[in-house]
Amino acid sequence: MTESKRLESVDIMVNMGPQHPSTHGVFRMVLWVDGERIVEAEPHIGYLHRGTEKLCEGELYPQIITLFDRLDYIGNYNMELAFCATVEKIMGITVPDRAEYIRVILCELNRISSHMLFYGTMGLDAGAMTPIMYGFRERERIQNLFEATSGARMMHNYFRIGGLREDPPDDFAERVAGILPALARGIEEGDKLLTYNEVFLARSRGIGVLSGQEALDYGMTGPSLRASGIPDDIRVIEPYSVYDRFDFDIPVGNNGDTWDRYAMRVEEMRQSLRIVQQALEQMPDNGPIKAAGVRSIPRPPKGEVYFRSETPRGEMGVYLVSDGSDKPYRLKVRPPSFANLQALRPMLQGVYIADAVMILGSLDIVLGEVDR
Amino acid sequence: MILLIPLAIVVAALVSIIVLAIGYGGKDVALLLGKALALLSILSVVVLSLTWVERKVLARIQMRMGPMRVGPYGLLQPLADGLKLLIKEDIMPAWVDRPIYWAAPLAVFVPSFLVWVVMPFSSDLVLRDMDLGLLYVLALSVLSIIGLLMAGWGSANKYGIIGGLRSAAQLISYEIPLIVIAITIAMLAGTLNLTEIATGQGNTWYILLQPLALVIFLLAGLAEVGRSPFDIFQAESELVGGPFIEYSGAHWSIFFLGEYINTFLVAALVTIFFLGGWSGPLLPELAWFLIKCYSVILVIFWLRGTLPRLRIDQLMAIGWQGLVPLSFLNFLMVAFALFYEWPDWVQTVLSLTILIGASTFVFMKSASKKVRPTVRLIPAREVRRA
Repeated sequence: MTESKRLESVDIMVNMGPQHPSTHGVFRMVLWVDGERIVEAEPHIGYLHRGTEKLCEGELYPQIITLFDRLDYIGNYNMELAFCATVEKIMGITVPDRAEYIRVILCELNRISSHMLFYGTMGLDAGAMTPIMYGFRERERIQNLFEATSGARMMHNYFRIGGLREDPPDDFAERVAGILPALARGIEEGDKLLTYNEVFLARSRGIGVLSGQEALDYGMTGPSLRASGIPDDIRVIEPYSVYDRFDFDIPVGNNGDTWDRYAMRVEEMRQSLRIVQQALEQMPDNGPIKAAGVRSIPRPPKGEVYFRSETPRGEMGVYLVSDGSDKPYRLKVRPPSFANLQALRPMLQGVYIADAVMILGSLDIVLGEVDR
Repeated sequence: MILLIPLAIVVAALVSIIVLAIGYGGKDVALLLGKALALLSILSVVVLSLTWVERKVLARIQMRMGPMRVGPYGLLQPLADGLKLLIKEDIMPAWVDRPIYWAAPLAVFVPSFLVWVVMPFSSDLVLRDMDLGLLYVLALSVLSIIGLLMAGWGSANKYGIIGGLRSAAQLISYEIPLIVIAITIAMLAGTLNLTEIATGQGNTWYILLQPLALVIFLLAGLAEVGRSPFDIFQAESELVGGPFIEYSGAHWSIFFLGEYINTFLVAALVTIFFLGGWSGPLLPELAWFLIKCYSVILVIFWLRGTLPRLRIDQLMAIGWQGLVPLSFLNFLMVAFALFYEWPDWVQTVLSLTILIGASTFVFMKSASKKVRPTVRLIPAREVRRA
């Protein structure tokens, strides 16, 4: 009669997302938790799938630029550059210097604004409310410049195959030079507020560690890979545009943990500022902003091309198959967030629920390009 | 569902009348009712002012204006918020455990309201000057745990359950240092009567004698009411509000009321225990009491604007490895000081020594001190050459 009922303990399944404030969009994680510990995690994606790749097959080349704007909607200019440069590569177009420099300036400023958003949401994920306001203050300066340049704060549709849509405002260089000191101050201020905060360090150190080899195995790129100690930056190892003319540093992490992934981005903002500074100095004052002889609806020659560029999130690859018509035969996008997200599942095993949010935040995904 | 607010008010008022009546022998019901309603309206005004102050202070920290539209400097914003909450659709999921779901807001709100029956606002402004006031406050403030657990369980939501369990773990752990410090204060004052504790300090406020106790009490109090950085049971970035996740409209606003009353309670207790209560020159006693309370509350809001949230294991470690031993040490120190009749300054020196010692220990062991993580910078030139 001593056989009493044994209390059984089971893992409970917690569904996080697609409607959850900390999944950075419509991402869904199914977590099996044992008390506060995560036993198993299963990411689900696809809630923002719009079929961009298929859509591209039915659009004229200039129209595709608008679709690319909507892939990584935090780093629009970088996306436009990736597509335009792909078509330029297959057509062998040389973009005028002035256009290249303006592109680089806009892309790097876009990188800063993207990382500023990351900085703010990382603070929110850790439970600090203030960083996001500081991040958005800096973003606002950049957004104003973008608005003056392209007429839009997001979805700019400003780059064109062979150059730019139109000349930037006359005082473009002065405007950029004007916001640089403020941006530098803002980055330092944000750095002081969060980076070495005791609670933040305790929350992010040693959490979600990925070794360099693991990170490579999962196909990670960008800051998330560099945090694991691998100095891999497309801007340097396979320079495109005019990136080979700038002198800057590649930040590399020592441990590959959440803090490192965070610190990468803070440091990258400083490096981006250096690039913008140099680009401003080297930029020709006037000159064409579009390559001569490129038709408004280009027809690339038959063939295939792969082009990759470094977006705020990592390696953005575009594989284009052209059949010689005015629409691509096939266009494949290799988005950085999609590959980075693969490492989430192994990183989540055995951590606390609160860490899951931090780890996901540190990968800095944008669902627009994960789901495409 | 909107009925919940009048219901909560009636229940709170009735129970407080009972508490009051025991003291007065149940003589004048109209007077007691008037007193209970006066207390309720005072607390409502306090809560409204707190929400405004919190939003404004956070806005200042975050370079924003805060509410500016409704009334001058947004002063009427709390009223607008309250109205919005009242007329909001109250959504109740179909699968909730109805009795528990309904009772949970009451179980949080009523105790937090009842505590105020014995809280003195000045030497003569107190509804019921109870000799066991301190015991009464501690006993009732623990009750809100039950309400949170009920809310988490009753709403049949996994986030709610996790949040409810977290709150139980957190509140029980931090109740210990809180009570031990309260005992210390009672020993120093030689009474459990809150008015006498405050007036008994004279010009040597206990903050001068017991800085260590103040720090422990404030930290434990923050955890007790779930304010940042100890707000892990609400944790909006992971649990999306914890026990309150399925509550909306009137239900939610009752929780909200309880939360802010509790925050004010912590500030009032700190004021009475450590800041000499209402003593101060020139201004009337009530004014001094409120000034001190709001100063403590500003510190609480300041912390909220600055710090990230702790994780549950870190929170428990701070409680059991830090605050509990320290509070017992403080207790022993006071016991020795009182038994051997050491002069006041010895207490101050000892308390400060322990406080500084503990802070230094924590600082040396801290994450930022151990191995300061850094970022390596590899010049692009080197990578290009390779």
